[in-house]
Amino acid sequence: MENRLRLLRAERNWSQQDLGQRLEVSRQSVNAIETGKYDPSLPLAFRIAELFDLPIEEIFVSPSTRSSKAI
Amino acid sequence: MAARSRAWVRYNWRVVWLSLVYCAFLIPAVYGFKHQLIPGALQYFVAILPALPIIGIFGAMGRYLVEEQDEFVRMLMVRQTLWASAFSLSFATVYGFLSNFGLVGRADGYWMVVLWFFGLGLGGIYNKLTLGAAGC
Repeated sequence: MENRLRLLRAERNWSQQDLGQRLEVSRQSVNAIETGKYDPSLPLAFRIAELFDLPIEEIFVSPSTRSSKAI
Repeated sequence: MAARSRAWVRYNWRVVWLSLVYCAFLIPAVYGFKHQLIPGALQYFVAILPALPIIGIFGAMGRYLVEEQDEFVRMLMVRQTLWASAFSLSFATVYGFLSNFGLVGRADGYWMVVLWFFGLGLGGIYNKLTLGAAGC
């Protein structure tokens, strides 16, 4: 799933390791989410949203929204 | 390399201990059978003993999947076990038919376990290629 995680992390000068520690997940999990190779569960997506103090939809791009924009 | 979770450390300790128990059971069993020291029905019990820690390793893997809090890492392990099962069962099916038609010799059943663990490695390679991380 497309997302703004890398951008949000870079704005705060956090490494993937830093973000992983804050979310209590591994660095490789952060990398997999950032690159869109892995879609986080709803609880983890909420944790990410709460950490950045943003609504989930401002971090993760809904696949349906993305396809409708493409049309 | 990424820091491993507490669940992973616990899993590794369990596997190390079970491997030691496996050696502790296997060596006397082999010695006992070789020198015909084990009487009658006790032979069944002694023969099964080395299998128990191997079964324990499967249990340890299940425990790890329950205890691992990192959902992505857990998914990697699940994918690996699916690969391992598909690979070993497919191999056993093909080998079974070849053996049944007398084209290859009979093989001991525990080779399935060796194949299964080999399949875990294949799953790790597949994970690395598709998700960028191998897993266990």
